[in-house]
Amino acid sequence: MSPILDIDNVSKTFGGLHALSDVNLKVEEGETHAIIGPNGAGKSTLLNCCIGRLEPDTGSVTFNGRNMVGMEPWDINHAGMVRVFQTPEIFPDLNLLENVMIPALAKRDGTFRFNPFRSLARETEIRDRAMSALADVSLDRFWNHHAGSISRGDKRRLELAMGLVQEPKLLLLDEPTAGMARLDTNRTIDLLKQIKESGMTKVIIEHDMHVVFSLADRISVLAQGRIIASGTPDEIRNSPKVKEAYLGESEDE
Amino acid sequence: MSLKNNLVVMLLFSAIVLSAPWWLAPIGANYPDLLQKFAIFGLFAIGFNILFGLTGYLSFGHAAFLGVGSYTAVWSFKLLTMNVIPAVILGTLVSGVFALLIGWLSLRRSGIYFSILTLAFAQMSYSLAYSVLTPITNGETGLQLSQQDPRVLDAMAGIVPTEGLPTTNLFGMPMSGYSGFYFCAVLLIIGFWVTLKIFRSPYGLKLTAIKSNTMRMKYTGFNTRPYLLSAFVISGMFAGLAGSLMAVTDPLAGAERMQWTASGEVVLMTILGGAGTLIGPLLGVGIIKYFENIFSALNDSALRAAYDFLPAGLADFLTTVTSPFVGEGWHLTLGLLFMLVVIFLPGGVMQGISLISRFLRRRLGMAGESGGAS
Repeated sequence: MSPILDIDNVSKTFGGLHALSDVNLKVEEGETHAIIGPNGAGKSTLLNCCIGRLEPDTGSVTFNGRNMVGMEPWDINHAGMVRVFQTPEIFPDLNLLENVMIPALAKRDGTFRFNPFRSLARETEIRDRAMSALADVSLDRFWNHHAGSISRGDKRRLELAMGLVQEPKLLLLDEPTAGMARLDTNRTIDLLKQIKESGMTKVIIEHDMHVVFSLADRISVLAQGRIIASGTPDEIRNSPKVKEAYLGESEDE
Repeated sequence: MSLKNNLVVMLLFSAIVLSAPWWLAPIGANYPDLLQKFAIFGLFAIGFNILFGLTGYLSFGHAAFLGVGSYTAVWSFKLLTMNVIPAVILGTLVSGVFALLIGWLSLRRSGIYFSILTLAFAQMSYSLAYSVLTPITNGETGLQLSQQDPRVLDAMAGIVPTEGLPTTNLFGMPMSGYSGFYFCAVLLIIGFWVTLKIFRSPYGLKLTAIKSNTMRMKYTGFNTRPYLLSAFVISGMFAGLAGSLMAVTDPLAGAERMQWTASGEVVLMTILGGAGTLIGPLLGVGIIKYFENIFSALNDSALRAAYDFLPAGLADFLTTVTSPFVGEGWHLTLGLLFMLVVIFLPGGVMQGISLISRFLRRRLGMAGESGGAS
């Protein structure tokens, strides 16, 4: 079976800095693939190259059989690859329900649909879907609160709901639990485990090893723009290369 | 009975607009000229609000569409018929096409660059109307009617003016005085219904989401350009409709209608009333047009008469101090008013109203049910 996401020889430089050098990564359908690595290793750059925020200098990103390089972000979204950002990207002026209705509408309406005379009040299906996504992240009680006014942890869970409501083929999560209290972190892990059972493919960037080892089927380690190891959690745990990359870093700190 | 119900809103709105000649009488604002202005600028502002209020894109060039609407309407009077229906329809459509062109070019940029581009295009239209386009616009004199105009449709119907200039009409009903106001009022009601539908549609929600976080919209799967362009064209068509109505009530068109000050005025009205709210822009129009009417009519002798009851020295002093703010200087008053609103009520008059109603509700201990208009 061919991988759902195939990152092939991707390089990206900023000025003289090699953010990514010849990165190769394959994500199989249905798996939860964690990308770990020290700060500045290029994890977020890699995700940005996948969703069209950055264009890689060389190499290709093949998703579901199509090369995503050079595609518009909205087309990548409709191809089924959806990203949840590291710093919460929400609609601060709308309420929570509307925040989730927007991606639900995107799923239904495509990149553009001109329906100025359709009543929003009659969009019960979209509303119900958004509400149940909010319930999944336990935010349904606050549906009519302004998204700009909720806590950072809640914003992250809101954004997760915004990603989930689109039922993507591949969900890219950029540190989904950063900035969350321990209780919320555990709740998010449980939620992500549930999604895993639904068969949705996920790529997770994460610092928190507790999260990584409780969720990941496979782990890739990124250091200085290169994949230095890739394998099952056990293989990674015992890899001398990984220990070196991590321990080297922690001695510096 | 809730303001969430469109029918309730429309009935209420229609009643208020159609009864305006009656309830505006006590403040002396019930004469047709001013009422027409309220309705025409009301259409201009609610249309502008679809672009600025919903998407946050601030156009400084909407006067261009106002001008195009006026010119088109006058041409329709000259070439086709003095009936206002074709004039209004053509004015709206031609402005729409013009807005499509300017919007398509301007929307390549956002923020201040977008505003500057629209301003530049409007000023270009203004200059062109004075120079190269003189055959169409009649330059400084302005486009006027003449008895010899072909008026093809009227001629076919056998309507030939005998003496003087023909007047605009709706199937024979003259479009001056109160009938002119009611024609504008009906179009305002229709225009308001369109904005109400847009505000409460998924399309409208997406426009507000673009204002809130454009980048997020793109990664959520929306191509934001066509959304912005369609909103731009709709608001341009509203401006064109307003422009053609100006020609309906007074059938001549001049380039000054396209000047940037006219674009600035609609921005002021929208912000003053409350951008992004349904009726805020209309309140802004009402306030500005009403006070313009009062303040610009005042002069030194009227001021002196008002201060008559005071001792002579004090009256002289007050006259000297306040006279720069009235008459020609009315814009000084407007500037002050605008500054006060932007500093203390950035949400405009609508924010003031919601603050007061929240305060009163708390005072009266009315918890729970809140049926505020969105």
